[in-house]
Amino acid sequence: MMGSVKMHKGLWLVLGLVALAVAPLVVYPVFLAKVLCFALFAAAFNLLLGYVGLLSFGHAAFFGFAAYCGAHVTKVWGFGPEVAILTGTAVGAGLGLVFGAIAIRRQGIYFAMVTLALAQMVYFVALQAPFTHGEDGIQGVPRRPLFGLIDIGSNIAIYYFVLAVFLIGVFIIYRTVHSPFGQILKSIRENEPRAISLGYDTDRYKLIAFVLSAGLSGLAGSTKVLVFQLASLTDVQWQMSGEVVLMTILGGMGTMLGPIVGAAVVVSMQNYLAQVGSMTTIVQGAIFVVCVLLFRRGIVGELAAFLRSRRKTPAEPESSYQQAGAAAPAPERPRGG
Amino acid sequence: MSKLKTALMAGIASVALAGTAQAEITNNVVKIGVLDDMSGVYADLAGEGSVLAARMAVEDAGGSVAGSPIEVISADHQNKADIAANVARQWIDTDQVDVVVDVGNSAAALAVQEVTETKGKVHLNSTAATTALTNEKCSPTGVHWTYDTYALANGTGKALVEQGAKKWFFITADYAFGHSLEENTSKAVKSAGGEVVGSVRAPFPNNDFSSYLLQAQGSGADVIAFANTGGDFVNALKQAQEFGITQSGQKIAGLLVFLTDVHSLGLESTKGLTITTGWYWDQDEDSRAWADRFAERNGGKRPTMVQAGVYSAVSHYLKAIAAIESDEGKPVVDQMKQTPINDMFAKNGKIREDGRMVHDMKLVQVKTPDESKGEWDYYKILSNIPGDQAFMPLSESTCDLVKQ
Repeated sequence: MMGSVKMHKGLWLVLGLVALAVAPLVVYPVFLAKVLCFALFAAAFNLLLGYVGLLSFGHAAFFGFAAYCGAHVTKVWGFGPEVAILTGTAVGAGLGLVFGAIAIRRQGIYFAMVTLALAQMVYFVALQAPFTHGEDGIQGVPRRPLFGLIDIGSNIAIYYFVLAVFLIGVFIIYRTVHSPFGQILKSIRENEPRAISLGYDTDRYKLIAFVLSAGLSGLAGSTKVLVFQLASLTDVQWQMSGEVVLMTILGGMGTMLGPIVGAAVVVSMQNYLAQVGSMTTIVQGAIFVVCVLLFRRGIVGELAAFLRSRRKTPAEPESSYQQAGAAAPAPERPRGG
Repeated sequence: MSKLKTALMAGIASVALAGTAQAEITNNVVKIGVLDDMSGVYADLAGEGSVLAARMAVEDAGGSVAGSPIEVISADHQNKADIAANVARQWIDTDQVDVVVDVGNSAAALAVQEVTETKGKVHLNSTAATTALTNEKCSPTGVHWTYDTYALANGTGKALVEQGAKKWFFITADYAFGHSLEENTSKAVKSAGGEVVGSVRAPFPNNDFSSYLLQAQGSGADVIAFANTGGDFVNALKQAQEFGITQSGQKIAGLLVFLTDVHSLGLESTKGLTITTGWYWDQDEDSRAWADRFAERNGGKRPTMVQAGVYSAVSHYLKAIAAIESDEGKPVVDQMKQTPINDMFAKNGKIREDGRMVHDMKLVQVKTPDESKGEWDYYKILSNIPGDQAFMPLSESTCDLVKQ
């Protein structure tokens, strides 16, 4: 039984990778690359929200400021893309260390407010510092050859570059979540006093998770710079912090695939609804309302719950899960949200 | 030398192309993409109205050029530079768009300038304010049509000093846009013989301007200039009215104010405001006639200068295509640069090598409710600012297309 589940997973993974590899032949590659950047950003954010239960409202600072630094490193200092994204990651992680050290002392709404306040400070720096060029942003960032050898100038090439960065980032998140460290994070999410009573220094774990999430957000932000060849205030504004929350929750927090799906949905809406004209934001709003009403667990969360219920119901009608749910009279209950 | 060369090249190109007329219109369609903020702060002054202006230009050109039909498509960049860049790229790569027009929001405009330059497509900008479009970010296929911060600052600064308002005080939005507006205006004020008695930087965005206004009021300045825009401007102006600043004899200068701002604020709070504008619908017979047609299809709303700029730019672009029978980016823009612009927007306007469309600006004053004869009758024209005095001289340009 377990074996077949594992094999299924492997099969899906291979199918997913093949789909990602051939996708640019069908869909516009720059758009796909953008989706991947935001998917990585949302996945990094989900590491914190979904697995540690910390709602940060300041992730735009890591994403956006890393974007500025990456852009500056490539455009002004003339380094290659590998240096740009490593700088972005380091800047994100560094900021994350400062934010985390201050914010993890508080919980819930206070944690969110502290991160928001700190992010606004970073926004202010981005607005004022001469190197960011204020509201004009850093424009015309060149796509230099990777390692000085591999040309990533074309849209297809940049897509595969972003895909590689994305897979590495998601792999890091996957390994983190499925490691003993990840188990401790989840235990903090479920019951922090209990984790403390078991002898874990939860603040340290939370801080490490925060830095990791911030660093990966920085990686996503600086990769996005290479796709669009620009860094602007949009990326560092508080609305961006809101957008990543939206992507994660829409897709399904606490799932590996959720944030990726959420990012794809949100970015596609922004992109394709752009052609609708003045109705763009209204249509977006309506879609979000529908999603929140229908998929409380997020798209992936809801789908997973549906598949679980289908697998369980016909095969093992007498299973303990079913009996636990038997208190409720309606048989469709496991499907609902 | 190089001018001669480009002229020769364009000449040769047009001769060569003349024989193969239709083949030189790529995909046998001229596609115009209007890219702007359709739902946010710029939606009112550009937005759908700009799309309408572009459509009107196409209709007035007969719906086709050089034997090929003309299409207009539009998108909302939601004030995000990355969406603007992505849409522009996608339009050019997969939708065969030949020209991107309008593009408000300076970050979005610069992003589009970058994309269009690399792809060799045309960018006709009307709504963005930044002078970077014709300086460090100038492009051989980019034209900046209606106005820029330099022209606004310069026009208002010089004109008010000449009217006797010598002492200036600035309330400046504390970011790059505000700084450059203040700097340009100060320069104009000083060179006209005025002086700057003080300035204060207000955070951006800001709701409460009372302390800055009190400072300005106490400074003894003749003019209080607001180097800000949008919501900041609206807040500052309303509060200035509450402090009775204009009643006590000080003048207020708005450095970036659109007709729609005046419309939504109302004449009671804007009366007496001195503004520089690229165009006003009631400036002459031609503009009135066009504005009437526009308003009829725009729910009665009169066009702003940037919407008129879109019409003028698209018309001129289509004429250039008709002349050389090709829609290839650089040759079309070169052709546009060779012909003067004479339409309801500008008289004897011309496009310089840095892409700046130079035309006369207007210095206007907002009417009082008594002077206004009805809705949209808001400005009285004080003076005409000749194009060569209104815009940044080529000698100051940092554009690398300008040979110095």
